[in-house]
Amino acid sequence: MYKYDQYDQAMVDTRVAEFRDQTQRRLEGKLSEDQFKPLRLQNGLYLQLHAYMLRVAVPYGTLSSAQMHMLADIADKYDRGYGHFTTRQNIQYNWIKLEDAPDILADLATVEMHAIQTSGNCIRNISSDQFAGAAADEIADPRPYAELLRQWSSFHPEFLALPRKFKIAVIASQTDRAAMKLHDIGIRIVKNEAGELGAAFYVGGGMGRTPMIAPCIKEFVPLDQLITYSEACLRVYNRYGRRDNKYKARIKILVHELGKDEYTRQVEEEFAHLQTQGIEPPLAELERIKAHFADPAFEAAASDDLDLSDPGFALWVERNCVAHKQPGYIIANISLKPVGGIPGDASAEQIHLMADLAKAYSFDELRVTHAQNIVLPHVKKADLHALWQKLDAAGLGTANLDTVEDIIACPGLDYCSLANARSIPVAQKISQRFAETGKTETLGELKLKISGCINACGHHHAGHIGILGVDRKGVENYQLLLGGCEGDDTSLGQITGPGFDEDGIVGAVETATNVYLANRQDGERFLDTYRRIGMAPFKEALYG
Amino acid sequence: MVDVLRYRDDEPVADPAVTVDSFAEQSNAAAVRIEPGDDARDLLPHLEQLRLVEVNFPAFTDGRGYSAARILREAGYAGELRAVGDVLLDQLGHMRRCGFDAFAPDKPIEAADAEVAFNRWPEVYQATGDGRQPIWAKRHG
Ligand code: HEM
Ligand code: SF4
Repeated sequence: MYKYDQYDQAMVDTRVAEFRDQTQRRLEGKLSEDQFKPLRLQNGLYLQLHAYMLRVAVPYGTLSSAQMHMLADIADKYDRGYGHFTTRQNIQYNWIKLEDAPDILADLATVEMHAIQTSGNCIRNISSDQFAGAAADEIADPRPYAELLRQWSSFHPEFLALPRKFKIAVIASQTDRAAMKLHDIGIRIVKNEAGELGAAFYVGGGMGRTPMIAPCIKEFVPLDQLITYSEACLRVYNRYGRRDNKYKARIKILVHELGKDEYTRQVEEEFAHLQTQGIEPPLAELERIKAHFADPAFEAAASDDLDLSDPGFALWVERNCVAHKQPGYIIANISLKPVGGIPGDASAEQIHLMADLAKAYSFDELRVTHAQNIVLPHVKKADLHALWQKLDAAGLGTANLDTVEDIIACPGLDYCSLANARSIPVAQKISQRFAETGKTETLGELKLKISGCINACGHHHAGHIGILGVDRKGVENYQLLLGGCEGDDTSLGQITGPGFDEDGIVGAVETATNVYLANRQDGERFLDTYRRIGMAPFKEALYG
Repeated sequence: MVDVLRYRDDEPVADPAVTVDSFAEQSNAAAVRIEPGDDARDLLPHLEQLRLVEVNFPAFTDGRGYSAARILREAGYAGELRAVGDVLLDQLGHMRRCGFDAFAPDKPIEAADAEVAFNRWPEVYQATGDGRQPIWAKRHG
């Protein structure tokens, strides 16, 4: 894991002091709310329906046990004993007092954490593959590149007042687990024919009200030009991104309106110029960062045997565990989606427990996933049963990863001031319904995603089944979408037709899954069947 | 007349700044003002004769002026680069890093407060051409 040196520590400490001063000036009335808002947003503080919400950055989703313990302590000390893990691999607290915010940031700084640029119109926390450094299919660990970009983007003076928020994801494996093409910039670390590593740049993806899949604008940027190329992409956006209409201000609209070719041409021109400016850190810096992400001390002789005689354990292994690159080890996913629970929520005790288990069983490391779950990336197979028993005893052993119960849901009308409809109760009802009917396992992989309004924080466009909350004459109403996907074959879901009320949408999801079960061929997932048979049979069943 | 915070030793230019459009027509002016929608690169052929470029920030949330400033400095412009308009204390440090060396805020800022803002960050992560050594350079010095 990356460890701060004195410089990194000085940066977060300075930020704490700066924000303390800004908050003080706000509380004294020297800063107006309009002036304060962009400053607090760049420290992750939103004003919501009931209180302030604080979003803490978890760079590329990686946490140490000590950091995880601190997140639990903050939940206890400043919130109501809960934390909420988000689709951007961060954690949010929903009940924060403005006066406490500087102290929270100071507490975070003691474990090399912060809330820098977790909201506002700036470059946000950089997300990555939650299995980085462990996945069997990666060509490199993507996190050193994400860390290089984190440092470059932190307090970048030119890009702190962008037209709109800016999200970057970095991956380095065959399978895209980070929805990379739905980001403002998606970077895929690739190998060229000479066997050298470089970066493919996908620019102009996003969700929100106009979802777009990012086109690839450059197949191969050498590693010693990564920062320069990123800076060129950002400068063109900062200069020409639309500022007349905030709904058209994301880079996806610029790339779309200029056309990919013209945008690329402008980036290339800027890139050629910036290469003369000496803004690229030396490769030695990348090497320094890489050393922090060296493999942990795996036991070379660890056994690959797993005793699956306990059926509950066997199911959990089947559902929640993923192949590791190191023989004898496995990646264990902890579902934060207990049946009927709030997706992504964890209590302070659960967070403490996961931290302890990471220390005991996963080389001190945890990951947050964009599906709002937690990963223990490096578990020895010999320890897996003991780990599972401890998780299960704490209500963290649910075996439902990537199933219809593993729902992504935004905060919705329960917390969010922009919401049209509630998301959380719908998620709860759906997972209860499928758990009761026992269909979850039969359905297999089925990604269901719910947003409480068109902003799409719950990724509804990218769900195999998506649900979008809308406001219909003052009543909460839900539209159903089918066929979205965030992986390599990224696709956007299509709306089935007229919306449903809260109970109706639960029934509609069930109806759609019945169409799948009636039509599926060998080995097909819901998404595959939908792609083969199209929308018509689903429409027929839903409205016919 | 707003108070100007100026961090240069040369004599200020007395001429009023002209717009980029009129500069294109009567190009003997020594002072020009860039609006957010103007292309700073239009000025590059004339940098020799310019002694003052004002960059207007009608709203502090519009960050185009930061890029304009860097583009001018990267092209070698050495005259005064003045941020005018909705220029606030919390943005001063970032403006300085992008190459501004004079500030004419709509609402006056105390020189002492500005000094604190400039000294806020002992270290910086990026090379922006402002002469400060980024952290990566110190690490591998
Ligand atoms: C509760 C307060 C929140 C507010 C006010 C809020 C606001 C917004 C808005 C306005 C957008 C649309 C941006 C655009 O299209 O330009 C958006 C997008 C998004 N938000 Fe949130 N959000 C909130 C919470 C969350 C949470 C909790 C998550 C994570 C679970 C999240 C993740 C996202 C994602 C992934 C997108 C789509 C990104 C994209 O368009 O590229 N947001 N949010
Ligand atoms: S999708 Fe809408 S309701 Fe849900 S968190 Fe985002 S802004 Fe709020």
